[in-house]
Amino acid sequence: MDAICIIGAGDCGARAAFALRENGFSGAINLINAEKGIPYERPPLSKPDEHGQFVREIAASERYDAAKITLLSDVNVTSIDRRISSLFLSDSSVLAYDRLLIATGATPRDFPNDPDECALSLRTKDDAEKIYTAAKNAKNAVIIGAGLIGLELAAELRGQNIDVTIVEMAPAALGRAVPKAEADRIVERHISAGVRFIFDAKIDRLAKGMVALEDGEKLSAELIVSAIGVSPNIDLAESAGLDCGNGILTSSTLATSDPKIFAAGDCACFDHPRYGKIRLECWRNALEQGECAALAMLGGCEPFQKLPWFWSDQYELGLQVVGRPDPADTITTRDLGKAATISFYSSADGVLNAAVGLGVGNAVAKDIRLAEMLIEKGARPPLTSLTDPTVNLKKLLRS
Amino acid sequence: MTTWIDACAVGDIDEEDVIRFDHEDRTFAIYHSPDGAFFCTDGLCTHEEVHLADGLVMDYVIECPKHNGQFDYRSGEAKRAPVCVNLGTYETKVENDRILILVN
Repeated sequence: MDAICIIGAGDCGARAAFALRENGFSGAINLINAEKGIPYERPPLSKPDEHGQFVREIAASERYDAAKITLLSDVNVTSIDRRISSLFLSDSSVLAYDRLLIATGATPRDFPNDPDECALSLRTKDDAEKIYTAAKNAKNAVIIGAGLIGLELAAELRGQNIDVTIVEMAPAALGRAVPKAEADRIVERHISAGVRFIFDAKIDRLAKGMVALEDGEKLSAELIVSAIGVSPNIDLAESAGLDCGNGILTSSTLATSDPKIFAAGDCACFDHPRYGKIRLECWRNALEQGECAALAMLGGCEPFQKLPWFWSDQYELGLQVVGRPDPADTITTRDLGKAATISFYSSADGVLNAAVGLGVGNAVAKDIRLAEMLIEKGARPPLTSLTDPTVNLKKLLRS
Repeated sequence: MTTWIDACAVGDIDEEDVIRFDHEDRTFAIYHSPDGAFFCTDGLCTHEEVHLADGLVMDYVIECPKHNGQFDYRSGEAKRAPVCVNLGTYETKVENDRILILVN
């Protein structure tokens, strides 16, 4: 095998490129980056550090050189020709591949009634630059969508003393991703910071400096950000005739309907041994699927079966979720002290399925990590030991 | 100049666990290994400045509480992405049930 191409240089594609080398691949690696510059991590875009810094490179450019990874930036793939196993690029070049990884990520959904394109969205470094530049001169902002990105951005903008209103079409924040108890606590924290929420909102239209609701209220908005979710970038795969649904469909080893082509990260709808067909939009999944796809391209056949895991930072609060919390499960909550809690989700037969932790900073991290290992092990920890903070989860894991 | 600094009592750290220790403008992580030895590294992960004392210790590995990068806390060696830069390590010794670290 001589050449592997990777379309998309986000966390997933870049991680896959390095993982190929770490696993002994000595052929050519072309990492195709639609954006300008060196690939960067996306999580800090909605959570700048205390100095306002939101750009963190995945790796310094010397590391690409040292690993002999050819990084092609500011260039798009215009088509995939599977008959000749080649990619056609926007700079008119053609790249042949023996294996191809599609890690094209996702794109924010456009707000539908925004004829003058007043709403900004947040996905790329350039998007973040626009939002934070606009924020410097803004007294007020409206964020459409009370999902994780919208809420993280709200916390950041409140930190800059901007009046924030969050307009959400659904009756509550954070939808299905975060259980109600934790979502409520996060919303309360926002309200205490002065954020106004409008739930069950119906937006009439957006205009420059203003969001008009159907009930006639007009919200002043020097900054409007739409954060209503993303759609997977599947156009290239669809045009190439690969099977797609809610994402590029893959097997449990991340192979698409063409055995030479793999898909990973936000764009991939894969077969998870535990959950069936799912598509995940989180940072750790992007990294882990990048690694898994790299091994699969080199002939490995390990299915991807990592548990979904994500975190969110808002104000001083840190949220971590592992597994897929199902409200139908038995929920037991452990008080970790200092206002940190962890809720465990166990099925009727006692098997631990998911855990949700919320506390200050990273107070829940250790226990969420241990919960993850318990879930992976298929453990059935007694509910009384889950609620009892004196029972060390590490001991449960080893028992 | 290197100096031995009194960091904490032996009993302050559970076996196979870690605590934070701040000294002047620096922050450290001090570990109690499963075989009863003590180790000290820089406190902040080399990937993003997250304190490792909130992370999980399993055997001789500390895992970052946020991004799951891993280090061998005995050598400071980076073991798993996203971390790629090793942690600084510091000598430790135990005197009269106190843990001391050698800081330069």
